[in-house]
Amino acid sequence: MFRPPARLRFAFCLATAVSWLLPFQDLVAAPAFEDSTAQRALACTGCHGREGRAASDGYYPRIAGKPDGYLYNQLLNFRDGRRNYALMTHLLEHLSDDYLRELAGYFSGLDLPYPAPQPAAVDNATLARGKALVLNGDATRGIPACAQCHGEALTGVAPAVPGLLGLPRDYLNSQFGAWQIGQRKALEPDCMAQVARQLRPDDIAALTGWLAAQPVPTPSKAANSLPAPMPLPCGGMPSGDGRASGGGAAR
Amino acid sequence: MGAHPAAAPPDDVRAMKRLLLALLLIGAALAAAVFALNRLDEAPVEERSAGESARPADAAQVERGRYLALAGNCAGCHTARGGAPYAGGTGIDTPFGTVFASNLTPDKRTGIGEWSASHFWRAMHNGRSRDGRLLYPVFPYPNYTRITRDDSDAIHAWLMTVTPVERPNTAHTLRFPYDTQASLAVWRALFFRPQAHEPRTDRSAEWNRGAYLVNGLGHCNACHSGRNLFGATTGTMDLSGGLIPVQNWYAPSLAAGEEAGVAGWDTREVVDLLATGVSSRGSVLGPMADVVFRSTQHLTPVDLTGIAAFLKELPQVPPAPRPAALTSAGPYAATLQRGADVYEAQCAGCHGTDGKGRPGAYPALAGNRAVTMDPPANLVHIVLGGGYPPSTQRNPRPYGMPPYATVLNDAEIAAVLTMIRNSWGNGAAPIATPDVQRYRGGRGSGG
Repeated sequence: MFRPPARLRFAFCLATAVSWLLPFQDLVAAPAFEDSTAQRALACTGCHGREGRAASDGYYPRIAGKPDGYLYNQLLNFRDGRRNYALMTHLLEHLSDDYLRELAGYFSGLDLPYPAPQPAAVDNATLARGKALVLNGDATRGIPACAQCHGEALTGVAPAVPGLLGLPRDYLNSQFGAWQIGQRKALEPDCMAQVARQLRPDDIAALTGWLAAQPVPTPSKAANSLPAPMPLPCGGMPSGDGRASGGGAAR
Repeated sequence: MGAHPAAAPPDDVRAMKRLLLALLLIGAALAAAVFALNRLDEAPVEERSAGESARPADAAQVERGRYLALAGNCAGCHTARGGAPYAGGTGIDTPFGTVFASNLTPDKRTGIGEWSASHFWRAMHNGRSRDGRLLYPVFPYPNYTRITRDDSDAIHAWLMTVTPVERPNTAHTLRFPYDTQASLAVWRALFFRPQAHEPRTDRSAEWNRGAYLVNGLGHCNACHSGRNLFGATTGTMDLSGGLIPVQNWYAPSLAAGEEAGVAGWDTREVVDLLATGVSSRGSVLGPMADVVFRSTQHLTPVDLTGIAAFLKELPQVPPAPRPAALTSAGPYAATLQRGADVYEAQCAGCHGTDGKGRPGAYPALAGNRAVTMDPPANLVHIVLGGGYPPSTQRNPRPYGMPPYATVLNDAEIAAVLTMIRNSWGNGAAPIATPDVQRYRGGRGSGG
């Protein structure tokens, strides 16, 4: 079960305040009911923000405009126990692969502007170290650059690699923690778990400090391909048919 | 020489010896009774013969077994989240500790590959494993004992065709004394008897099919009835509702019109609910969503109609007097106003300012039994965790409700639920903040 650490309380209060206001406008100004995916996705936008565009000032990640294969893989991961967050697992528990793919496609297809990033929460030396890790990695320790997989613009690579910008720092930090202790997993071979386990706490503080302070470029969409092969094999990557793999998880 | 009176045992020692002997005899008799009661109606088992494993399975029997395994929702426990089908591993939390579902794939070492059809029958009918150990009734053999040998053999034949998976069984983590075979033997002597399904000649074939499914494979009373101090249910026909241990969802009474009784429903509505997860009367969330998703949506219309016929004819208890609705003139005025504000901001968009919802998408709250039911466990769970009814063949893209655990605090949830339970003709006891707290568990911050 997720228990926010005390220092996240303020962030939570803020997120709560924001989510109080947004649904209020949404629901009372009442978009008429329609038989659409957007209508069905209202169960998601309570936390992930209107149209899935949660800002970087809370905890929940934005999902609007993320690569569809990435979103689909995450929905499967929550449903099938490779990621652990009780509220997500409960919501998705009895939804079919096809329906999850539809929901992922809906949020992926939204092309909405990003708000400005949060001001940097770390000093300049840490920012510089974070930037170097993200863009160049650390060859002496065998740590690949984030950009090698997540794209030179860090906006992700279609269909299954997520962008790293426009996310709350608290969310980024907690994901690294979850990868390191095995609470967040992907299909084997789990490349991100391997990378995360090589990182020290000061590495993580530096790279999330830098990432969370970067503006999202325009266009914000994921790249279509990487200039070079990925440094590690990754299980969540597309299979031969060009779709994200992972739908075969037995239920 | 004279007698030695001092050597003769005094009266109290003799009495003590007699008492000890009596206790010993009573103990031995009880042990013998427990032993005998644990072996009632046990047929001799045959080992799995080379011929049995070599014989090509009868395709029709295997298909029937696949269907029956769905009716019994075997995979609900024996397939772990994200795990291989029937390879086991799911932990089922009970007040006595956690029991882990076993590997039912035909792997010879870690699964049931060495089980003959008669071993399997003894497990289903008598609750005893291949190696002779007594099985915990978390495996609902107090229900499965009622299925026919034919159906048991079909399920066995089907399981023998599942892809074998090597996964050693996880040891149960039950507390002493529940972790001992002796305590389990006593439990069984008190609460379990092997039984056969007795068709009722005064009822239709449809009703009898429903009774067979509800009381046997469906094991409906495992949730829909209370359990005593020792975790035993009170007979498969008791469907009078109960709080599911540990999960704390309330499985409502199927014998009460103000809970989940369907005596007043059309057969069509019962069948729709079990086949699709939604009906014009309401939709399923929580543990029942799991049952529809994994089990009842796969049943044939004939079997679902049988279940409906049985449930519709369950003897119903007379309705309890309905409490008058709280009003803004009473001591709950401030709570009701606060609840109305929350409702307007968070709920009205889907459920409507009139509480009528939207048929097929968002359930009406006015006149909704799940809203006014006591205990209010499910209502609180639904607001905290939100949820989608299950994706089913006939309703593949259900509409859902967002979780409010991170949006509303306990007092706000208590207020809005009190307001909903006392609006649009509803009338029910108020919900207090600690009621919400009880069910919140680890979800979000309630403060």
